[in-house]
Amino acid sequence: MECQECHQRPASLHYTQVINGHKTEIQICEVCAKEKGYMTYPEEGYSLHNLLTGLFNFDSNHVGSPNNPLKKEKELECTKCGLTLTQFKQIGKFGCGECYHAFSSSLNPIFRRVHSGNTEHRGKIPKRKGGSLHLKKQIATYKSQLQDLIINEEFEQAAVVRDKIKDLENKITEAGDSK
Amino acid sequence: MTLERFMNEAISPWMREEGPDHDIVLSSRIRLARNFADMPFPILAEQKDLEDIRTFFKEEYEHQSFGEYTNFEFISIRDLTAIEKSVLVEKHLISPFLAKREGAAAALISENEQVSVMINEEDHIRIQVYFPGLQLTKTLNRALEFDDWIEEKVNYAFDESRGFLTSCPTNVGTGMRASVMMHLPALAMTKQINRMMPAINQLGLVVRGIYGEGSEALGNIFQISNQITLGKAEEHIIEDLESVVQQLIEHERKARTRILEQSGIELENRIFRSYGVLQYSRIIESKEAARCLSNVRLGIDLGIIKNVSRNILNELMVLTQPGFLQHYAKKTLTAKERDILRASLIRERLQIEE
Ligand SMILES: [Zn+2]
Ligand SMILES: [Zn+2]
Repeated sequence: MECQECHQRPASLHYTQVINGHKTEIQICEVCAKEKGYMTYPEEGYSLHNLLTGLFNFDSNHVGSPNNPLKKEKELECTKCGLTLTQFKQIGKFGCGECYHAFSSSLNPIFRRVHSGNTEHRGKIPKRKGGSLHLKKQIATYKSQLQDLIINEEFEQAAVVRDKIKDLENKITEAGDSK
Repeated sequence: MTLERFMNEAISPWMREEGPDHDIVLSSRIRLARNFADMPFPILAEQKDLEDIRTFFKEEYEHQSFGEYTNFEFISIRDLTAIEKSVLVEKHLISPFLAKREGAAAALISENEQVSVMINEEDHIRIQVYFPGLQLTKTLNRALEFDDWIEEKVNYAFDESRGFLTSCPTNVGTGMRASVMMHLPALAMTKQINRMMPAINQLGLVVRGIYGEGSEALGNIFQISNQITLGKAEEHIIEDLESVVQQLIEHERKARTRILEQSGIELENRIFRSYGVLQYSRIIESKEAARCLSNVRLGIDLGIIKNVSRNILNELMVLTQPGFLQHYAKKTLTAKERDILRASLIRERLQIEE
């Protein structure tokens, strides 16, 4: 079933509204639901939507708006899912992983605002997907351990850690060769 | 039908165990948001892609087990009645948002209801792990192990610089929302909680009621969770959360002792009146029920009411929600009918205790 608002995207949400005892069924897509205010996110303790609209008030009214076709050409757009930067700012959601690259130049201020000044990931690296990133992170940990051990003159331990680092570095080179 | 086992009991099997600080902390939860690489997020995905994801989870994980999380049940949201959806939401096994979704939305739920995976919610994959009481580290470790297990078969959307990529910028990085559900009647009674909230927000954490609307917290049940997901490791996020929760526990205990010392008889009066209301009402609204349940639970924790299980609060808070009541009645009920059934279920439940 297609969305009753835009008649483009498939309707993925279903709402039942009761107004004065009359029940109305609404089939709508998420983009429209968000724009028309159907969708609320009780999960989030605060409204990202408000945050973003507050943050982008100054440009969201003219860039890419239908009555300003000249500017529309320059509008950033994700080549993979077709979401534009303006749409992203309106709905506050990315359309796909590639959007993060497509809009990269505009994201740091948003992330800083939402994540207390942070823009870079410091947490878990997936085992398989992370590939050699995992090993690199482990090497960095060992290297700082090695520093401490040398400072404390624990040379036997230091030799063990140094071997571990060599092993991991070999692994990375091997993985690189096989590709 | 296998769904029945999730529908019949108001509290999940894992809730019957008492975790650390169980007099104040009801449960700890970790939620991880993950997506398939090379596929648009659910908000823009083609129906066919979402169908493929749904089928993948059904084929790979239905009736599978991971450690103590056995026999995962696969549930298609489109096969559920409105009442069944509400019950799963009221038990926090799925989100209200997942319940609203049409099409390929689904959930995997372990037999003990401790782990659930929401499929095609705002993100393709949302893993939830619960533990009773305050056990954030254990919950996190289990969630991360479970995440590794899923990753064996799923190519996650991950970026070296931004971390796990999610549909909403508020989840990017770790994709992790850690939360602790707390019963804070004394801090609520003395209005201390309102004064503490701004300071807690400053630390990148958010406090909200999980029952009720807006800022009210029905049953004095609050949820504290992290807001920041980017730029901090998972362990550090939960460390910060844990330290705030510890402080809240300490303040709550102090406030309880102080009220007991300064106005013991008034407190006792309040607790026993609530107990009386629950035991004898014939009609009770959800707000009054929640207030009385919170008081009775406080009475149990303080040793004022004996021989009633602590679980009465969690259990009856869920059992007396609209979805559960209608599931019990096996039909849709008007507000008045719900208030009558609520009163009768509470009376029955309290009689079992005596
Ligand atoms: Zn639409
Ligand atoms: Zn995109």
